[in-house]
Amino acid sequence: MKITVRYFALLRERAGRDAEVLAWDDAEPTVQRFRAHLAEHVPALAAMLGDRSLLVAVNREYATAATALKDGDEVALLPPVTGG
Amino acid sequence: MAPDREKARVQREPFDVAAELERVKRTSLRTGGVVLFVGVVRDFSQGRGVTKILFEHFPGMAEAKLAELRDAAISRYGLIDLVIVHRCGELAPGDDIVLIAAAAEHRAAAFEGCSWCIDELKKVVPIWKKEHAPDGAVWLEAHP
Repeated sequence: MKITVRYFALLRERAGRDAEVLAWDDAEPTVQRFRAHLAEHVPALAAMLGDRSLLVAVNREYATAATALKDGDEVALLPPVTGG
Repeated sequence: MAPDREKARVQREPFDVAAELERVKRTSLRTGGVVLFVGVVRDFSQGRGVTKILFEHFPGMAEAKLAELRDAAISRYGLIDLVIVHRCGELAPGDDIVLIAAAAEHRAAAFEGCSWCIDELKKVVPIWKKEHAPDGAVWLEAHP
């Protein structure tokens, strides 16, 4: 399936891009497993992807490690927010 | 009444504090008080000088979270109306960052609703700041 990944703030800078579409298939397509896949795909982000403070939004809603992904989903990687 | 999206928005340009105050006031003549919070860029942070701050947001999700926050604050504190505006892009010390205007029948709800709103905004709305100082720029890790 295809997943659109969006990177923000420090992750965007480390990844060197703000978005990409990845083809990914997994028997248990959860956010947690996708994070592990991304850590291999973008080694520069491996440490940050392993940090629990990094939040994930799926289709613009906060997701958990167990959230299931489906074809066409947008996965956004969100460092701890610092607005205001 | 203005569409709600005007009452929970992200924009690059400066906001007009008096106009936003007027916007929440004119919602209802039941309003007995408005509490305004304006967050401003400081020229220091954690012992370093700050020359500018870049605010990055997640377009679409940031506005949606601001709208959810607005709805939640209105129902939680029984507010009559609430406006939240957050800026994006590069801001200099002294520039306004965020405005929250909470209107209620009585002041206690307005103060509490406004205070809760800015605290929650800092936890849930996908906006990030990169502070620029004479010795370099850093993305803030988390709120102190």
